[in-house]
Amino acid sequence: MALNTARRSARRGRSRFTRRDLVVLGLLLGIPVLLDIAIVWGPTLASVVLSFTSWDGVGSIKWVGTQNYANLFTNYPPFWPAVRHNLLWLGFLGLVSVPFGLLLAVLIDRGVRFSRFYQSTLYMPVVLSLAVVGFIAQLVFSRDQGVLNAIIGNTKNPTDWLGDPKLNIWMILLAAAWRHTGYVMILYLAGLKAVDPSLKEAAAIDGASEAQTFFRVVFPTLRPVNVIVGVITVIESLRAFDIVYAVNHGRNGLEVLSVLVTDNIIGEASRIGFGSAIAVVLLVVSMGFVVTYLVQEIRGEKSR
Amino acid sequence: MSRRNLLRGAAVGAGAVALPSLLTACSSGPGGDSKIIKLGSNSSDAVPKKAFADAFAAYEKQSKEGRKIKVNTVDHNSFQENINRYLQSDPDEVFMWFAGNRMQYFAKKGLLYDISDLWQDYKGFTPALKAQSTGADGKQYFTPYYYYPWAVFHRKSVFAKYGYQAPKTLDEYIALAKQMKKDKLVPIGSCDKDGWPAMGTFDYINMRSNGYDFHKSLMAGEESWTDKRVKDVFDTWRRILPYCQPGANGRTWQETGQSLQKREIGMVVLGMPHPGQQFPAAERSDIDFFPFPEINPEHGQDAVEAPIDGFLLAKKSKELKNKKSMESAKDLLRWLATPRAEDVYLAGDPNNIAVNSGADLSKYTGLQKKSAQLIAGAKQISQFMDRDTRPDFASTVMIPAIQKFLSTPNDVDGLCNDIERQKKTIFASE
Repeated sequence: MALNTARRSARRGRSRFTRRDLVVLGLLLGIPVLLDIAIVWGPTLASVVLSFTSWDGVGSIKWVGTQNYANLFTNYPPFWPAVRHNLLWLGFLGLVSVPFGLLLAVLIDRGVRFSRFYQSTLYMPVVLSLAVVGFIAQLVFSRDQGVLNAIIGNTKNPTDWLGDPKLNIWMILLAAAWRHTGYVMILYLAGLKAVDPSLKEAAAIDGASEAQTFFRVVFPTLRPVNVIVGVITVIESLRAFDIVYAVNHGRNGLEVLSVLVTDNIIGEASRIGFGSAIAVVLLVVSMGFVVTYLVQEIRGEKSR
Repeated sequence: MSRRNLLRGAAVGAGAVALPSLLTACSSGPGGDSKIIKLGSNSSDAVPKKAFADAFAAYEKQSKEGRKIKVNTVDHNSFQENINRYLQSDPDEVFMWFAGNRMQYFAKKGLLYDISDLWQDYKGFTPALKAQSTGADGKQYFTPYYYYPWAVFHRKSVFAKYGYQAPKTLDEYIALAKQMKKDKLVPIGSCDKDGWPAMGTFDYINMRSNGYDFHKSLMAGEESWTDKRVKDVFDTWRRILPYCQPGANGRTWQETGQSLQKREIGMVVLGMPHPGQQFPAAERSDIDFFPFPEINPEHGQDAVEAPIDGFLLAKKSKELKNKKSMESAKDLLRWLATPRAEDVYLAGDPNNIAVNSGADLSKYTGLQKKSAQLIAGAKQISQFMDRDTRPDFASTVMIPAIQKFLSTPNDVDGLCNDIERQKKTIFASE
């Protein structure tokens, strides 16, 4: 057997794969690739194509060129608020939730008292679906029956946390951050546990302060975790959907792009062409992040 | 295969993969038994759900062929939002839906089964009911079951305690609201978190100011939303707003119904089942209503908003291709159109009234009797904004527009321009 393979590989030169290997490889790679094309690229391309039509899901498909896009940018009041809210989501999670999660991770990693308790408490929301977080948020923030107004005790003139379009997005961001912080914390905690203690010792011997040790020594070694946190934060803010949908179907101050897509496509409305145009905008924005990330990674690979 | 077909195939395939409908997931039951009728229900609220269960049990009991009904209940709002996909994928044979434009829209798309033959034998339905069950092609697609009026609801005991009189005109309505404010009540309940309850107020102000015909043509997209008459509607609404419960967009109709029950608000514009379901059974006799007050004497209180609910056959249902299943489904519709079927239902849900003139009125509550009178005395019956216009217009334009009006009521001109621009693109898409 061994002789056999050796002879064959010698004849084929550098190729060390038998025909069976090729078949297995082909199947193992081919099936995922086919699935990927069917489940990911097919619908994506279909969305792009449909965004140039005025299809309502039942009748014939009519081409309308870029009319949907023109319509979207100039004549659809919820669109720009939705874009703003998605960006706000990214900003809030990235600038508030992530640093806070890092801070908690560092504190817990230093071994404060009851750290296990904090760890599990803070991580708890992560096991909840965002839709459930939305329902919990309603119990807390509802104007007439919510806990928050009852605690503050302003039953005379209660604040409409979820109905006031100036306020509700912040309340929802708080609820979303409540969950995201735990997620970030657990990732950083894992990263911090992996930092070689000798690095810290060396820094201490060199006379670095705690802050210096953290920012100059520990934080740079967390680079892979930072990348992961960055990626999940971007994903989390672009796919923001369930929580606002659970609260008020993403209307009245809680517009986000994904809700507009479903409102137009899945809802009774069935403006599939128009909804696809919104989906394409969301795709382009996500591609922006994906490409930036890939370029950075590839560059990093080269410089390594 | 043409390019269009290929595209459509790709799109449908994509849709099937990317958007697996909630409803189809629920409706995959044992198929093939022609004695079992699958029925898609949107009655997810406790009271109607129980009443429908009673009605279907009564059907099964009287069925000599031993037909059974398998009900797939889906949350009311989800059912509505998924109806399009539901009717196109693999719907149940029979499903619940609404009369009027919302039904005609699907009839035009060829998603409903023509039941004109059944209508020839139906008895006890008025011509207005038949009109609301008829598609644009003159064929019937809908079996009406019950309806309920929208009006201004209040508690008898509260009105008696303070000696309030039901107002006839808008001025009296506002005077009453002022008095309620003095008496430390929030005068008018207000809720629009779900997006649709406030449409009822718009419809009434519109029909009282401009008449039913204007309502119809406005909803059909034939009138401009920048018309002075539409702006007047919003301006009148603004006169009432200071007396409304603040924070409408953060409150569901259930919460407003409870506020009425707890005597926190004086009155509220809703449909009959809405306060009805939020009152404990013992207090239901305390619910009363008056018709929305007159604004323009020319139109008086002629029109009543009374949405009709009923049953339809889904054309894409695979079972209906089977003759025996079709006969079962039609048998069910025939039974549902009888006064007896409505009596059974209404015994369990006294928040609606029967459409069949043969229904037993003797068991009606006072409120039901008053509702029946209100509808009988109406010169026109409207169906509700989201049932009288295109669903895509109602849900993607009017819901956000009215919510915006409720939170920032000052820019009526900008709002009307926004609506009109979007209306043009939506109504032009066909």
